[in-house]
Amino acid sequence: MHFKARAGQKLADVVLQENLRKAKSKFVDMRARAIAELDDFEATREAAKVLRDRTLDDLDLWLERFELEATRRGATVLWAKDGAEVCQRVVDIARRHGVKKVTKSKSMLSEEAGLNQALEDAGIQPVETDLGEYILQINDNEPPSHIIAPVFHKRKEEVSALFARVHKLAAKTDIEAMTREAREVLRPHFLSADMGISGGNFLVAETGSVALVTNEGNGRMVTTLPRVHVVVTGIEKVIPTLEDLATLMRLLPRSATGQSISNYFSLLTGVKHAEDQDGPAHMYFVLVDSGRADLVGGEFAEMLRCIRCGACMNHCPVYQAVGGHAYGWVYPGPMGSILTPLFAGIENAVDLPQAATLCNQCGVVCPVKIPLPDLLRRLREKQVEQRLRPTAERLALTAWAWLARHPALYALATRIGVRYLKWLAGGEDRIRVLGLAPEWTLGRDFPAPEGKTFRELYAQKH
Amino acid sequence: MRVGLFVTCLVDMMRPRIGFSALKLLESAGCEVTVPAAQTCCGQPGYNSGDRAGALGLAEKLLTEFENCDFVVVPSGSCAGMIRTHYADLAKGDDALAGRMARLSAKTYELTDFLANIAKLEAVPGNFRGSIAYHDSCAGLRELGVKAQPRALLAKMPGVRLTEMAGAEECCGFGGAFSVKFGEISAAIAERKCEGIRAANVDAVVLGDLGCMLNIEGKLRRMGDEKTRVMHVAEVLAGDPGGKA
Ligand code: SF4
Repeated sequence: MHFKARAGQKLADVVLQENLRKAKSKFVDMRARAIAELDDFEATREAAKVLRDRTLDDLDLWLERFELEATRRGATVLWAKDGAEVCQRVVDIARRHGVKKVTKSKSMLSEEAGLNQALEDAGIQPVETDLGEYILQINDNEPPSHIIAPVFHKRKEEVSALFARVHKLAAKTDIEAMTREAREVLRPHFLSADMGISGGNFLVAETGSVALVTNEGNGRMVTTLPRVHVVVTGIEKVIPTLEDLATLMRLLPRSATGQSISNYFSLLTGVKHAEDQDGPAHMYFVLVDSGRADLVGGEFAEMLRCIRCGACMNHCPVYQAVGGHAYGWVYPGPMGSILTPLFAGIENAVDLPQAATLCNQCGVVCPVKIPLPDLLRRLREKQVEQRLRPTAERLALTAWAWLARHPALYALATRIGVRYLKWLAGGEDRIRVLGLAPEWTLGRDFPAPEGKTFRELYAQKH
Repeated sequence: MRVGLFVTCLVDMMRPRIGFSALKLLESAGCEVTVPAAQTCCGQPGYNSGDRAGALGLAEKLLTEFENCDFVVVPSGSCAGMIRTHYADLAKGDDALAGRMARLSAKTYELTDFLANIAKLEAVPGNFRGSIAYHDSCAGLRELGVKAQPRALLAKMPGVRLTEMAGAEECCGFGGAFSVKFGEISAAIAERKCEGIRAANVDAVVLGDLGCMLNIEGKLRRMGDEKTRVMHVAEVLAGDPGGKA
């Protein structure tokens, strides 16, 4: 099924529509308040953009530095070129350490790679411990609909019913009680897991550390309790220094959830030493390419600056209308409409770059100033170059461009056109069903033209 | 001050009176206005659909028609935005052309921006009486910074009561070809916009772009709202476009 068909279903889903409306204003308002606290928000954005670009220009060097520093502190850095390699590396690590159960905190890359399935196939039990991800996992591995709020599309009544069914306990009504219940169910898993898998918000090259930004304590349990900790994240997440981390951290929680700082912020460096109270005996980094290296230095390189805050989708009128599942893959909203074709193949996501009004509500909120509408437009150009557009559309565009370059014919055609539309309106000020553009009049009327063109009226007067 | 008026293809076809309103306003502001007779389209539909070659052809046509004006004024944020912020990109790789495009871009203005900041229109001829909420069209607002200008001009009209509606800066869902490729989504976004408009309970919603205008009017009427007027800011400011400036 394509984006458009899925979007149609989502528009018809009354419950989802109500949930989306409620969630929308929450994210938008909270971000607006949080960025107002910074008196130099624009300057910080610019600094973040510059530092991300500078790092990405020398990505290979910073990754080498990261590998060196992380290795020096007892971690092992592994590389994966695609999702299949991610799964293979992680399963290998699990086997090497005799792992039966894995606790996970949120990692979008593990979604990209389909890691849970691979672990299960290898006889290893993955347990999602982020509350949202946990809800999705026990709901038959439903995919997330938002990159930072995976259950954005669900309301608490649905979760309550799901918990009652799966946990076989009395249904709870308030969120606190449900959270407590999930915590109780998860606790034995935290204590019995042999390995923890996390994502990574940033990799700090100068110290070989991974930075984790979370709002639940689960990230800490996953990364410090088990013997083995595996970080699965993209190669573009590397930044040079702790100072750079501070700059980006001024932007990330504010843009994502409207918090000046997330509830938890962990900086994990190396394996447990004799004098440490906790920490893993073995630490691995699986750093994933999956199409990222190809973007470096190219016309879509700006997308690599993305810090996965979700602000672009929170502010996107299309996302607000249809929700994240309509986008069909891991990343929804404007950033997803760019990443999905870039990672999965332009020809495999033809709808996505078209499904935008180019309103730039995303571009103005993006904390690293990614010009998302320009990138969407560039993808549209690629579709035209690769002849991926329908013939009728290609013909219409060519005909319009040709006609508009021939003013006399254009004048004639537009005069006939507006008279025809006026006639269609039949004396009314609107057309209710427009055969030329049936999609327009599905949900709204088409106002009738006045009946003559400006150019002909102007010529008569002057 | 020789001002070239580019009315845009949508005004040409759908609402000629907006073109005449713009003309009247520019003349009221003391401009000498020329309206190149062969003008058609700025190339935005092709540009946004990935047809660079088609868009470039139209950009060059517009350039030749308007480059010897002192200013180019457009009663549309998105078409003015196309010329101002995207023509240079289209000419990339051809330095001579890019230079000419850059000069054209620098002297191209959205109508209210030009009237408020360049021509400094003092006496607004219109005589609209009633309450108004202004819808900030995306390109005008986010590409050109058009926000205070139309409000400042409307505030000069004694009969106008200007109120702000919730979500004034949010997209109406038009998006050019998007509105017919993804009609259902487009209409769903328009519905939210129109809910905001209706909650503001004004006599007219006023805006500066034809695409949004058709979309919002079409949706309001389909929702059964027959009374909220949907007007281009030029119509409100100019009053009777046929009247003398
Ligand atoms: S594109 Fe920008 S706004 Fe969207 S998730 Fe990435 S950083 Fe955030």
